[in-house]
Amino acid sequence: MDTTLTVNDLQTQFATRAGLVKAVDQVSFSVKRGEIMGLVGESGSGKSMTGYSIMGLIDAPGKIVAGEILLQGSDLRSLPAEAMRKIRGNRIAMIFQDPMMTLNPVLRIDTQMMEAVRAHQDVSRMVAREMSREALVRVGIPSPDERLQAYPHQFSGGMRQRVAIAIALLNQPDLIICDEPTTALDVTIQGQILYEMQKLCRESGTALIWITHDLSVVAGLADTVAVMYAGRIVESGTVQQVLEHPRHPYTHGLIASAPSRNPRGQPLQQIPGMTPSLLNLPEGCAFRTRCAHATVECAQTPQLREVEQRMLRCWHPLRDNVVEAVS
Amino acid sequence: MEPTPARNMAETPWQRFVRNFFGSRIATAGFVLLALIVLAAIFAPVISPQNPYDLAKLDVMDSRLEPGQASVDGSMTYLLGTDDQGRDMLSAILYGIRISVMVGVLSTVIALSLGLTLGLLAGYAGGRIEAFIMRVADIQLSFPPILIALILLALTGRGIDKIVIALVAVQWAYYARTTRSAALVERKKEYIEAATALGLSPLRIMFRHLLPNCLPPLIVVAALQVASAISLEATLSFLGLGLPITEPSLGLLIANGFQYLLSGKYWISVFPGIALLATVVTINLVADQLRDVLNPRLQTQ
Repeated sequence: MDTTLTVNDLQTQFATRAGLVKAVDQVSFSVKRGEIMGLVGESGSGKSMTGYSIMGLIDAPGKIVAGEILLQGSDLRSLPAEAMRKIRGNRIAMIFQDPMMTLNPVLRIDTQMMEAVRAHQDVSRMVAREMSREALVRVGIPSPDERLQAYPHQFSGGMRQRVAIAIALLNQPDLIICDEPTTALDVTIQGQILYEMQKLCRESGTALIWITHDLSVVAGLADTVAVMYAGRIVESGTVQQVLEHPRHPYTHGLIASAPSRNPRGQPLQQIPGMTPSLLNLPEGCAFRTRCAHATVECAQTPQLREVEQRMLRCWHPLRDNVVEAVS
Repeated sequence: MEPTPARNMAETPWQRFVRNFFGSRIATAGFVLLALIVLAAIFAPVISPQNPYDLAKLDVMDSRLEPGQASVDGSMTYLLGTDDQGRDMLSAILYGIRISVMVGVLSTVIALSLGLTLGLLAGYAGGRIEAFIMRVADIQLSFPPILIALILLALTGRGIDKIVIALVAVQWAYYARTTRSAALVERKKEYIEAATALGLSPLRIMFRHLLPNCLPPLIVVAALQVASAISLEATLSFLGLGLPITEPSLGLLIANGFQYLLSGKYWISVFPGIALLATVVTINLVADQLRDVLNPRLQTQ
């Protein structure tokens, strides 16, 4: 399998008045053709910023200061702005969290879809319309001809997210970045959309980065997973390895916090403490102030290294018996 | 999954707008009166009893006749009297409204196009472009409008084109400001981010995506500005700096009768004054209702 996207040592920083915020710090991962990668973390962990960095959508005062973003081998960071614009929506598409907000309220669906096609392909309006219709059919929207002529407010949330997915699929991108696309939806509709996305990726070979804070979605949908904490990837590998045998205390805490894993009647598990402010991170491992296993060693920044078929950024990897004992 | 039936699927946005707009009696009355005024202005050459600019038709013997009096030769009745050259006031007012409304609308359309383009650019691009455009607008707005118009007209002279330029120079900053503040709100919304993520060109995002969402406040400001442009033009013409005597607008007509006002010949000034008042008030009524209907926060349903 060939690699669609490789991110090497990506660093995105925001120079704010209060100080330098390292929103994305030394992030590295790769996604293969047709593969789904879950990018997991709490709010403010830098997972969305990683997505925006790949799209080249970081606005001032933010800036990508280092690293490579290789789309099928060519570095996106070295591209001029105009060339990058040709890649957005064409070879890399993005789906956003709130389907109520991502469609322009005053434009009809056909207008919005056709312009997405015609921004990247030199086709007639008729052809663009037909392609839009087909895309709506592919994401399971009934009576597409009628729906093309509707305005966004005439759609329910789930339908709008389907339209957003259809728009992302229009130009058959190599990679789709989904920024919590099902967070705002009912679980039943979330299930349908996850199923459709998985099917579409398998069929078309599109790689998918699924940004979410919901581990159960990742467990069901993704092939690989990367867990982010305070701008860094702390653990990444296959879903099976990472979610069933977590080695980083944070990953373990995250899994243990899922209410469904809690024995009935017992107090719910939680990770003690608060997510640290990115302006004021602890020295060394950012998680050490909340970690039960932290020692003096943790004041040194741990490097990402390969441990038991995964990449891990921790001085004291958990062992399976520890995991069992705690959970 | 069945598509959720949209609310009021049968009612298009336009139909709802019309229903809301005519929900108020005052606004409906204002709209009807304004429509009559505009129609009268458009068809002035057809409905006027006399061509007020054809000096050959004027009879000095008819000068300063009271309203309702017949002409000396008995050929017509002057419903609103005559001015000091024997011109039928009704005809002069109809032609005056025509010029006033035309100047008001023309200057508003030009100022709107200019102001919204600059405001959109400022709101979308930000940074130095925004700072430059908005500082120029601030400086412009810190002067009284009439002062700027007076200076420009004093430099350029009289004429319809010149007064339109002066009015545009005064008005563009309002549109630029309104557009920018609306654009600043809209550009933070996700659909603009989504459009950027689709790789659409900046011009397309500005005019196709940003602009339509900024329109409601602009329509209201534009409607109000037509009224203020008409008043400003009348003021300038009254002061003798606006339109030339060959193209008398309402302001010039008022000025013409001003000297006779104290001698009891009220009609030469008062009737054009009433016409001006009616035009401006009805435009304001319509604009107020537009603001209520187009402002989502004030909508009752």
